[in-house]
Amino acid sequence: MEILDEGEGELLAWYDPDEHRKWIAKKPRDLIDKRMTIKEAVSKFVHDGDYIAMGGFGHIRVSMATIYEIIRQKKRNLTMAGKTAVHDSDILIAAGCVSKIEVAYAFGHELRGLSPASRRVVETGKCKVVSEWSNAAFQWRFLAAAMGLPFIPTRVLLGTDTFKKSSAKVVKDPFSGKPICLVPACFPDVVFMHVHRCDIYGNAQIDGIIVEDFELARAAKRLIITTEEIIDHEKIREEPWKTVIPYFLVDAVVEVPFGAHPCNMPYLYYFDEEHIGEWLRLSKTEEGVQEYLDKYVYGVETFEEYLELVGGIKKLNYLRRLEKLREKLYAPWIGGSLNE
Amino acid sequence: MSEVKYSTIELMACVAARILEDRKSVFVGTGLPMIAAMLAQRTHAPNLLIVFEAGGIGPQIPVLPISVGDSRTFYRAVAASSMHDVMMLAQAGWIDYGFLGAAQIDMYGNINTTVIGPWEKPKVRLPGSGGANDVGSLCNRTIILMRQDARRFVERVNYITTPGYLTGPGAREKAGLPEGSGPYRVITQLGVYGFDEETKRMKLLSVHPGVTIDDIKVNSQFEILIPEEISTTEPPTKEELKILHEIDPTGIVLRK
Repeated sequence: MEILDEGEGELLAWYDPDEHRKWIAKKPRDLIDKRMTIKEAVSKFVHDGDYIAMGGFGHIRVSMATIYEIIRQKKRNLTMAGKTAVHDSDILIAAGCVSKIEVAYAFGHELRGLSPASRRVVETGKCKVVSEWSNAAFQWRFLAAAMGLPFIPTRVLLGTDTFKKSSAKVVKDPFSGKPICLVPACFPDVVFMHVHRCDIYGNAQIDGIIVEDFELARAAKRLIITTEEIIDHEKIREEPWKTVIPYFLVDAVVEVPFGAHPCNMPYLYYFDEEHIGEWLRLSKTEEGVQEYLDKYVYGVETFEEYLELVGGIKKLNYLRRLEKLREKLYAPWIGGSLNE
Repeated sequence: MSEVKYSTIELMACVAARILEDRKSVFVGTGLPMIAAMLAQRTHAPNLLIVFEAGGIGPQIPVLPISVGDSRTFYRAVAASSMHDVMMLAQAGWIDYGFLGAAQIDMYGNINTTVIGPWEKPKVRLPGSGGANDVGSLCNRTIILMRQDARRFVERVNYITTPGYLTGPGAREKAGLPEGSGPYRVITQLGVYGFDEETKRMKLLSVHPGVTIDDIKVNSQFEILIPEEISTTEPPTKEELKILHEIDPTGIVLRK
């Protein structure tokens, strides 16, 4: 195939598919009880310098319990997949855990405005944007990895600077003769995903949109599942069509009810806008970031303690009613500036 | 006839809604596009198929979603699917309209939402493409909603995040983008623009009430094509305003 153009972005988390098959060959195929604490999971599976990606989308179904634990354990020099990375990347970057990021979407909180903290870190060069992507391109990189392919052809990125700053290539399609964009596979070192329920082996169900978690789970070298609840293995077998992630893809299972807070867990609880608002307000300054982390991350031992601190059962019940449209939305940022 | 009072943002929402046709599909982003699509559904386009990039397909949106992935985007939907699903549908040609925002735009409708200043040393780092490059590449017609001033309507964008007509006629197809796709309308606080068939350059279609041609020109670095006949944008009706505020009762978007 004739190469017509090449992006100048850094190629990361790419392996020859044969090399990845060797990795997969070493993975167990048997049912193993994979339960552990979040502390154990992060300490065992996240290493300084790792390439990490989070499941979910923006503020939806993100494993926040993991994010806080990565910060608490002071992991450093991580590379982050900025695939609609919003609250997760903002806090991780602000806390100094991330030194490189590949960006499809980052540094923004959608309607709530831009992220003061991670923008500050990026604009001062402490965290480096190493490549640019679109949302579709990024998730197709995971699809390529999941399929055991070196790349996947797409019709996005073409003709733009987003392509120039990516690590994709444009070639002449041998069938149509037209230019087509090849996005390289992305095999993250470690992926964290929050799900509605799974069994002790990791067979996981997700309610509502899957976003790109089907592909991402299959692209990951290591996959840690945090879950709202652990269910009986028999329940999985009764309704096997509900399994989005089969057990052998999973390295650890951590039960963390409300583990996505302050994000939205579809059908269970809505965004905690009060808390997100507090972060957006505090993170305007370095001191504010420290104040937030001291209070909500370093100042607590467990996720239960954190939940108490953000408002306890009263707040959590409010977020559950809000999700079921039985409450009015309160958001301190309403009336703020729209800039996306 | 009694004067109906309205804000610029309400006017922009109404203009965007009116462009959307019944029995067509639209890719919707956060904020104003969501309001516009919901307004269209509740007025002239009840069969408008709304699709969200995170996987929501054909929802009956109960209240204004905050995120393009939040649970309201697949409330009573026909499918709660995945990004791969909706993006491949868009790539195959299923999505008729798509909305985009922009920090900067040029005369060919190329859009920057990535960076102000040099990419290596940004003056302001913006969120990047998100789904914008996908929408701008894959939807048949894109509608751009943005504020207009001479810093945003620029001769050259700092960075092309999302393709418009690139360097002019034929450039999209030459780059490998789907045939016949591209920017369709630009809606700002001053007027509504389309793109000239032949040159693919931005041209004025209508000015909002109270706006002069001079306002249009002063607020753009590049020359906007001005046809001889220019209409005035129809202001929002009372009915449209009523529905808008039912959609966004707390003013999440409308009060901005």
